[in-house]
Amino acid sequence: MPSLWIKNARVIDPASKRDAVGDLFVKNGKIVDSLSATDRKRAKVIDATGLVACPGLVDVHVHFREPGQTHKETIKTGTHAAAAGGFTTVVCMPNTSPPASSTGTIQYIKDVIKRDAVVNVYPTGCITVDMKGEALAPIGSLKKAGVVAITDDGDCVQSNELMRRACEYAKMFDLPLMDHCQDHSMTVGAVMNEGEVSARLGLQGWPNAAEDLIVARNIILSTYTGAHIHMQHISSKNAVELIRRAKARKIKVSAEAMPHHMALTDESLATYDTHFKMNPPLRTEEDRQALIEGVKDGTIDIVATDHAPHTNYEKDMEFDYAPNGIIGLETALPVTLGVLVREAKMKLPRVIDLMTRLPAKLFNLPAGTLATDAAADICLFDPKEKWTYDARAGFSKSANSPWDGETLTGRIKTTIVNGRVVFNGKRIV
Amino acid sequence: MPWTRRHLLTLEELSLDEIDQIHTTAAAFKRTLKRSVKKVPALRGKTIVNLFLEPSTRTRMAFDMAAKRLSADVISLDGSKSSTTKGESLRDTGETIQALQADMIVLRHSAPGSPLYLSKLLNIPVINAGDGAHEHPTQGLLDTFTMRERLGSLKGRKVVILGDILFSRVARSNLHALRKLGANVTVVGPSTLVPEHFKAFGATVSHDLRSALADAEVVMLLRIQHERQSKGMFPSIGEYTSLFGLNNTRASWLDPNAIIMHPGPINRGVEIDSDLADGSRSVILDQVTNGIAVRMAVLYLCSGGQPESVTVNS
Repeated sequence: MPSLWIKNARVIDPASKRDAVGDLFVKNGKIVDSLSATDRKRAKVIDATGLVACPGLVDVHVHFREPGQTHKETIKTGTHAAAAGGFTTVVCMPNTSPPASSTGTIQYIKDVIKRDAVVNVYPTGCITVDMKGEALAPIGSLKKAGVVAITDDGDCVQSNELMRRACEYAKMFDLPLMDHCQDHSMTVGAVMNEGEVSARLGLQGWPNAAEDLIVARNIILSTYTGAHIHMQHISSKNAVELIRRAKARKIKVSAEAMPHHMALTDESLATYDTHFKMNPPLRTEEDRQALIEGVKDGTIDIVATDHAPHTNYEKDMEFDYAPNGIIGLETALPVTLGVLVREAKMKLPRVIDLMTRLPAKLFNLPAGTLATDAAADICLFDPKEKWTYDARAGFSKSANSPWDGETLTGRIKTTIVNGRVVFNGKRIV
Repeated sequence: MPWTRRHLLTLEELSLDEIDQIHTTAAAFKRTLKRSVKKVPALRGKTIVNLFLEPSTRTRMAFDMAAKRLSADVISLDGSKSSTTKGESLRDTGETIQALQADMIVLRHSAPGSPLYLSKLLNIPVINAGDGAHEHPTQGLLDTFTMRERLGSLKGRKVVILGDILFSRVARSNLHALRKLGANVTVVGPSTLVPEHFKAFGATVSHDLRSALADAEVVMLLRIQHERQSKGMFPSIGEYTSLFGLNNTRASWLDPNAIIMHPGPINRGVEIDSDLADGSRSVILDQVTNGIAVRMAVLYLCSGGQPESVTVNS
């Protein structure tokens, strides 16, 4: 593997508080301070003038659909999409077929990762057997098998008692719980945010109170058990406030926000376009602003995508029947830059922190820094380049994106994993 | 303004002028219904497919009747018999109907937005005959047609819609049309079935029947569905009737010349006392008859007809 000499980039590494134009060196798959004269002669030189070089992005919430739903995505195509989006480390959700609630399934996923993945992939396991919410999955064995967190994904554990026991048990292994906060009794048949827009469209509403209830439940259970509960894709204004107050009391909860919840509102559903259907749903402008505010003041710890591929024919349906979810890996950075940097006026290093060091730290992943000797996982992007996103021409196996055909600002030019260029701005190498 | 719309999907998107054109055309067609030979040749040689993927009696019969009065050939499919029960998608069903050279689809579907979805896929006109809780545009058109027939201009008139607003496509279509026609609309019923969000339709939201009905010139009742009770939307049918059922005492709060409307089917003794439904103020059966004329107008206009040529054809 040749050494790399990345020249003249704006190097942003929040972990080492670095933000300066300069060079970046890679040898034997690791970040090094400099290269010897001989190494420099042999090194592959990447002219990064005008580009930002930051740690490879980290996404702790993706659905790669393998095993069992490989018509939507595979670990291979999912990691291609990740690389094209500047991500070098991702955490995949366990809602596969079968769900990842046995060590055999985790081992299978790890085997496929080893064979096919072009970026680092870490699996999660289920909290309950087959995500049925009835009995605890073999959490200790899953931890041994290599999961970095447990979650029942979209099937939020409804029993408070079972969730409490899961918290106590997982804490024994220092294993965080990720929770999709949704009270099912309040969301039967719900397909979009409950409010004026759902009233107008005649669609069944998903009230934000159903999210707030479980967020509050999780805060109470984290307080009671001491377990780390990570609230996935927060979308409700009140939930942000609940988490803000919990953090002020040093309760061990964390939270993530999605680019789509920060960029879009339920007004986008006016034409019943299923590419805006996801769970939790797009909410109101008030919720969107509260979410951005929560990210700004640190209430929301990180940005993640909830990359959720579905085929064209699955999404091409009556709104009620189409599955929830959108792909997000290839658009996450430009959309997030648009919302947090250009709209909310956050500093670029702080936004990069939300997508690199902080998610890695929350889940103890060896990623998210350009410090000396760290694995050379690097993302080079042009923060100013405007480009038109064509979802069908993208790298995911699916194309269910609300940004299909949109002009985005900010484009990934090179993605490097362990010192090897895996995406060169045009294709996976 | 000539009529240019090919699909009728919602009343939200219609202009006041378009509503007027439909009503004018419907009035002309209504006159033909009184003749001994009721058929007009307007859609001779055209085939209309009534694709009803959700149960319906009166809407389907009225569309059937309207198409036949216009001399169109009609094929009616219902959900339980069509290939949708074999898992065929709406796209494939729609494209098949189009490939069979049908000239128009009238769609009844439980999923909101499905007529819009189908209209984007096909080249032939799609008429919404009710999509879930979203809209029922021909019902809204026939209701406002009936109101105008009885009251004249609706500008500044007080119209009350009483009952299960939350799940009602009839309420939504009427709200859009009545707003454009300048009426003052109050939606009233239990707070669980009449959420505050309906203020966004420009309506007054009320849970107090007395003030809502006071001096109203139109009261439109909506059917209370028993299954809502099991979902905890209200305690019992009995309690609903005692709080919100229309009886003689409550009807006396209305304007003396007020009309009583109901899109049907009626639950006698639940949302309305039986004798009120049959009484002199009830226009419930006029609504049904007007439903034919309005649907004739819609089928005719969306097939490319123009309002002013109706009298020639008839």
